[in-house]
Amino acid sequence: MSSDAIAVQTAGVSADRTWLQTLHEWVTTVDHKRLGVLYVFYALIFLVIGGIEATIIRIQLMRAHNDFVSPQVFNRMFTLHGTTMIFFVIMPFMFGFANYLVPLMIGARDMAFPRLNAFSFWLTALGGTLLYFSIVGGSGLYGAGSAPDVGWWAYAPLTSRAFSPGHSADYWTIAVLVSGFGSIGTAVNLVATVLSMRCPGMKLSRMPLFAWLTLVMSGLVLISISPLSAAQIMLLVDRYLGGHFFDTQAGGSATLWMHFFWIFGHPEVYILVIPAFAFASEIIPVFSRKPIFGYPVMVGATVSIGFVSISVWAHHMFTIGMTSYSNSFFVLTTMIIAVPTGIKIFNWLGTMWGGKLQFKTPMLFCIGFLFQFLIAGLTGIMLGAAPFNWQLSGSYFVVAHFHYMIVGAILFCIFGAIYYWYPKITGRMLNESLGKLHFWLFVIGFHLTFDVMHVPGILGMPRRIYTYEPGRGWDTLNMIITIGAFIQGIAILLFLANLVFSYFGGSKAGNDPWDGWTLEWSVSSPPPVYNFASIPAVASRRPLWDLKHPEDPDTHYD
Amino acid sequence: MVVGRALGILVLLAGILFAAGLCRASPLGDNPTTSIFQPHSTPAESIYHLSIFVLVITAVIFLVVFGLLIYAVVKFRSRATGTDREPAQVYGSTQIELAWTIIPILIVVVLFLATARVIHAIQDAHKPATALEVTAIGHQFWWEFRYPTLGIVTANELHIPVSDPARPTPTFLKLLSADTDHSFWVPQLAGKTDLIPNRVNETWMDPHETGIYLGQCAQYCGTQHAKMLLRVSVDTPEEFDAWVRTQKQPANQGEKEIAGRRVFETTACINCHAVGGTVATGRFGPDLTHLMSRSTIASGAAENTPENLRLWVQKPDAIKPGSLMPAMKLSDDDLDALTRYLETLR
Repeated sequence: MSSDAIAVQTAGVSADRTWLQTLHEWVTTVDHKRLGVLYVFYALIFLVIGGIEATIIRIQLMRAHNDFVSPQVFNRMFTLHGTTMIFFVIMPFMFGFANYLVPLMIGARDMAFPRLNAFSFWLTALGGTLLYFSIVGGSGLYGAGSAPDVGWWAYAPLTSRAFSPGHSADYWTIAVLVSGFGSIGTAVNLVATVLSMRCPGMKLSRMPLFAWLTLVMSGLVLISISPLSAAQIMLLVDRYLGGHFFDTQAGGSATLWMHFFWIFGHPEVYILVIPAFAFASEIIPVFSRKPIFGYPVMVGATVSIGFVSISVWAHHMFTIGMTSYSNSFFVLTTMIIAVPTGIKIFNWLGTMWGGKLQFKTPMLFCIGFLFQFLIAGLTGIMLGAAPFNWQLSGSYFVVAHFHYMIVGAILFCIFGAIYYWYPKITGRMLNESLGKLHFWLFVIGFHLTFDVMHVPGILGMPRRIYTYEPGRGWDTLNMIITIGAFIQGIAILLFLANLVFSYFGGSKAGNDPWDGWTLEWSVSSPPPVYNFASIPAVASRRPLWDLKHPEDPDTHYD
Repeated sequence: MVVGRALGILVLLAGILFAAGLCRASPLGDNPTTSIFQPHSTPAESIYHLSIFVLVITAVIFLVVFGLLIYAVVKFRSRATGTDREPAQVYGSTQIELAWTIIPILIVVVLFLATARVIHAIQDAHKPATALEVTAIGHQFWWEFRYPTLGIVTANELHIPVSDPARPTPTFLKLLSADTDHSFWVPQLAGKTDLIPNRVNETWMDPHETGIYLGQCAQYCGTQHAKMLLRVSVDTPEEFDAWVRTQKQPANQGEKEIAGRRVFETTACINCHAVGGTVATGRFGPDLTHLMSRSTIASGAAENTPENLRLWVQKPDAIKPGSLMPAMKLSDDDLDALTRYLETLR
């Protein structure tokens, strides 16, 4: 289709549509940008749902022997909260941004397989819907729970028929299985797009780091979602066809499930955090006014994180009684991963070093990310030292550690990315003062909650308990944690309000509000259908820098 | 900006110091702590020393990187008076990047060696002939303790002798599960070890001071995971021997409380509970032979008082909602008689 035809088509559809036609367009779209927006919209809805669940958990734990909810409800809340936030918030956010940005950044008109793209999104959407349908559809037996209450790891044999009668565990299994297929579809698509749709001149060594990191993330999805899907199918076989893989009452193995789950579960952490690195690697250079420091090393570090992350899974299982040799092996692999991770932190610092830092909201969130990611990494080293882990594992210290990673590092980067690319996606700027208020409130709430949360873990408070005994020194700390959670909640509401009001009343963004260097800033905001009227050609890693600075182009250093 | 960051780190450091300092200060006794930083047994102490080592190294790394970050944020912020010129475009530096690759590798080697040593010391510890052997079995939502060499079965409150470093009498626990995964965790005595069905795990402890040590299940095991509490009573050798003698005696035959005993033995109670020497031989619930020698019921969820016992039999959900003990639906007279009988099981 020529660019003229596209223009005509765009003009044709923009006038006089009924809401039904608009809805039809969005539901049937195969456009990577619309699918990207759908993913992010979907993730925002589930962010609110998961946030409400977190609030219920925190109200219940506010003081000892609280009876805000029953233990049954509490157990469902932390199961839904974990499953939702991992599978239906962070992953869709990441796929959404990858979908939207990768073709724009590599100078392509769409993803390699647009229909597969739409199919994958709707599978993911179906997965999340199934999980929550369990609340109305889950109860098949009198007395059986109506939503899964097995925890987000769903350790065997809690998921067997004996301990989870009814259908709630099946909804969990199928929700994760179906959305997993969606993730695999999108990962295949992203790999194919990055490898074969790059515009002329964009060698692998000239791709924006965002595209590189998306490639590594997609590879990890392919490697790690497969064992997860296999385990879910085995569990279904156990529950419906009389299999005994995980049925310990018939000689099945509980640890087999742990291995399957964590060989997915640990790479999953990197599936979530590598896109966060990708956001930081695009945002920090632009607001430091310098190119990324040590591009080849950043790529190498990411690839090696990807490989090493496949060999660390059993550090989630230090307490299950592995031999001292196995434990030592997983201590070593876990600590090795700190090296490439450290390199990345230093290279971001190197990027800021000697720059002219502009503290716009996206940059603030990225600096918050650097700080919190550093701490999350260091508490990760503590947890990686197996004997220390025997004390900390399964306690609130771990809960604090991984929330530091998932909220403090990943969600901060997602917020940064939304502030950074919202102008490109909608054509309007987000309100900067509201954004800064959101940032500071969220920082205060975050640190109040998750800094303090390390302490009850050290004082012996296990996770996943719906109540606790008074007099162990946990009461005051839990109260502070809950207050912090409410502050975070208020910050998120401000953020959502900013998204809505700026869409209608924000100032016009123009093509390139941040003076950026990658190809997405060369097209209009929002970008036209099919992105580029004529496919661009690039000669360096920062094509727009070359255009803006013909006296000192990057091509000299490429 | 800087103030916010500094505040953040202050809160974190204060928290860790708070935990470390305050908890080391608090004494054993009426109000036992569950802090991992107040160890009273060799495995917990080795872990404590390793954790201080790791904390110091990570604190140093933190201060260096945090310092660099703060410096960069303050020093290189864009100033309003500056020109519009872009800063010098630097693409990287092989020497610097090599440096911050090699130094972390060295730190990793040190950390790994220190950690591996402690893993070996704890996991591959020699079991002396004087060691006490106990089998701990995790049940949905209580603990069964069997002393195979002594012929004792009890629940929820583990009695072990104090271990004199000169003549160590450590306790080696074999960990089994009757249903789902559980985890045995008494922070002051040892790190946690899971109890997994179809798997035999081991842990050990050699407490150096007598007293009550608290812990609880640390692996989510179902509805009442929260109230699967653990008490370890570390006794002097004399106290321990006396306790063993009591536990070895047969159950009170209930001559005085024959009405209550009849209620017990003619209802579903005996399907799950055992009382040594009687027809009650159930295995699903705690052994009640010496029920009154325990200070708590319902796995630590309530104190062992006549009122609580009566309430527990009448309406377990009032104490521990979701526990597998059914409400027995007895008449008030039967409840009173049964409670009186249970009180004779000393």
